Amino acid sequence: MDFYHSVHLDSSLCKGCINCIKRCPTQAIRVHNGKAVIKNAFCIDCGECIRICPHHAKQASYDSLDVMNDYEYKVALPAPSLYAQFNNIDDANIVLRALVAMGFDDVYEVSGAAELVSEMSRKYVEEHPEGKPFISTACPTVVRLVRARFPNLIDHLLPFNAPVELAATLARKRAMKKTGLPSEKIGVIFISPCPAKVSACKQGLGIKQSDVDAVVAIKEVYPKLLPHMTYNDDFETDYVRSGRIGVGWGNSGGEAGGLLTDSYLAADGIENVIRVLEDLEDQKFGELDFIELNACSGGCVGGVLNVENPYVAQAKLKKLCKYLPVARNHINGEYLERAFWDEPIEYTPVFKLGKTFAESFDKMQTVEILCAELPGLDCGSCGAPTCKALAEDIVRGEASVNDCIFVLREFFNNQQ
Amino acid sequence: MYDAIKLTYNVSGDDFTRAGEASSDVKGKLKKMNVPPDAVRKVAISMYEGEINMVIHADGGQITVEITKDCITMILADKGPGIKDIDQAMQAGFSTAPDNIRTLGFGAGMGLPNMKKYSDEMKIETEIGVGTTVTMKVFI
Ligand SMILES: Nc1ncnc2c1ncn2[C@@H]1O[C@H](COP(=O)(O)OP(=O)(O)OP(=O)(O)O)[C@@H](O)[C@H]1O
Ligand code: SF4
Ligand SMILES: [Mg+2]
Repeated sequence: MDFYHSVHLDSSLCKGCINCIKRCPTQAIRVHNGKAVIKNAFCIDCGECIRICPHHAKQASYDSLDVMNDYEYKVALPAPSLYAQFNNIDDANIVLRALVAMGFDDVYEVSGAAELVSEMSRKYVEEHPEGKPFISTACPTVVRLVRARFPNLIDHLLPFNAPVELAATLARKRAMKKTGLPSEKIGVIFISPCPAKVSACKQGLGIKQSDVDAVVAIKEVYPKLLPHMTYNDDFETDYVRSGRIGVGWGNSGGEAGGLLTDSYLAADGIENVIRVLEDLEDQKFGELDFIELNACSGGCVGGVLNVENPYVAQAKLKKLCKYLPVARNHINGEYLERAFWDEPIEYTPVFKLGKTFAESFDKMQTVEILCAELPGLDCGSCGAPTCKALAEDIVRGEASVNDCIFVLREFFNNQQ
Repeated sequence: MYDAIKLTYNVSGDDFTRAGEASSDVKGKLKKMNVPPDAVRKVAISMYEGEINMVIHADGGQITVEITKDCITMILADKGPGIKDIDQAMQAGFSTAPDNIRTLGFGAGMGLPNMKKYSDEMKIETEIGVGTTVTMKVFI
């Protein structure tokens, strides 16, 4: 299976240093012939390599703002973290009006849909006690990680799409009704904090076909918004349609807060997320209703396509929430079909060594033997993050033991 | 090639932060070997409980894991105080953990019952003052 990834390498900028291979939480990167290579199947689009690459060779792809020209009527779907990029925002309307001023015809806050997802999640968790603890599925990096590495936890995933999907569907419906235009003339454009969400919209995750037409980056929209960030009498329209629960989703703990339960934990930062999943798999937690996991430190405000420091952004979002009502979107105990996955998440064992158990068994034996022979320095000179990773590459037929400079030196010394 | 993969781990006593390292290493390896998820889970849970018991009750010990094409065998051997009454120790809720350890979150008396539940076969050999060896099997 081939996975779409927003995260990619600009090899002209890559110097072949080993910063990224060491940082990648799924050991998806190797350096071969002086250039980094991202293994398609291992990558979960977390963006850690983008954070660490000193040469900016790791990048995220997303749509350019020119995509707005492709549609007659354009609706912006701002992620809640967008509000946290600016100083002194006590009314989200300032941001939303600026989106209209920069060329969008309408806005539909993702936080509005998030409130609906919160309400449905509350109902779902209550109606399915056997599935507890439920793991949040709003962060696509987490879903991809569970799918690849935690088969025993798949049944605990909350089977909801990320709020942006519901927002897209509702925004499109509203735009069609308002304008009378056919669907294809309406552009539903998501303003994303991260590459993971770009990938999830381009290659559905739990959904066959995303309703989002294009995904642009917060950091690209940001400079276009600044000149319009003023109170302006010409733009009196009140676009804000969400409350504290919806906007709070941008911070770690926000989604859990919307569930109105004390029985939860919220972990953020990919390494912390992995530790929680490992422990969860070993049943080390007592009774919990909900596990909120965000790949980025601080939550989505920490996504790599944001501009502001995640923790400053967190504080700003909290301050904005203070002035908002609790929630402004309700569905009165109904489930909206579009909110649910229409395609189950299935285990994709990409990290296995061989095709079958017998083959993997033999390969694991070789890995153990190789690990005993390699120096165990995890120096990265071979292009793999650890000696063990090199051993696994060797049995997969992707590297040779002589890629280890110490083994090679030994070989030459013995020749003399 | 041999027909078994043998892994050995030294488990140090009284270091709670490291308890679980051995079982998580085994879990990682089994996943890379296409072992069915359910068997991985059974091994991870039962071995983790056994590992913790070695740390808390027996000042550490040694774990040997043997993987063959149809079975995973875990042998957890310690030179701890031994178990006085195995039947009693096996009862759900029975624990001799002192209060200071209970406040750390262990001592619900569910470890051995869970090991029994999640392994397909379990054998305890123990001698007071000499040590305990727990052998568990999970079939693939
Ligand atoms: N390796 C061991 N050496 C000595 N005593 C042991 C050993 N393993 C278990 N025991 C004894 O058996 C009792 C029951 O073990 P069990 O694992 O079921 O509960 P626990 O360790 O006390 O609590 P929990 O596992 O729920 O945290 C322990 O309290 C201890 O007295
Ligand atoms: S935490 Fe949020 S911003 Fe970060 S990868 Fe996940 S969805 Fe994207
Ligand atoms: Mg125990």
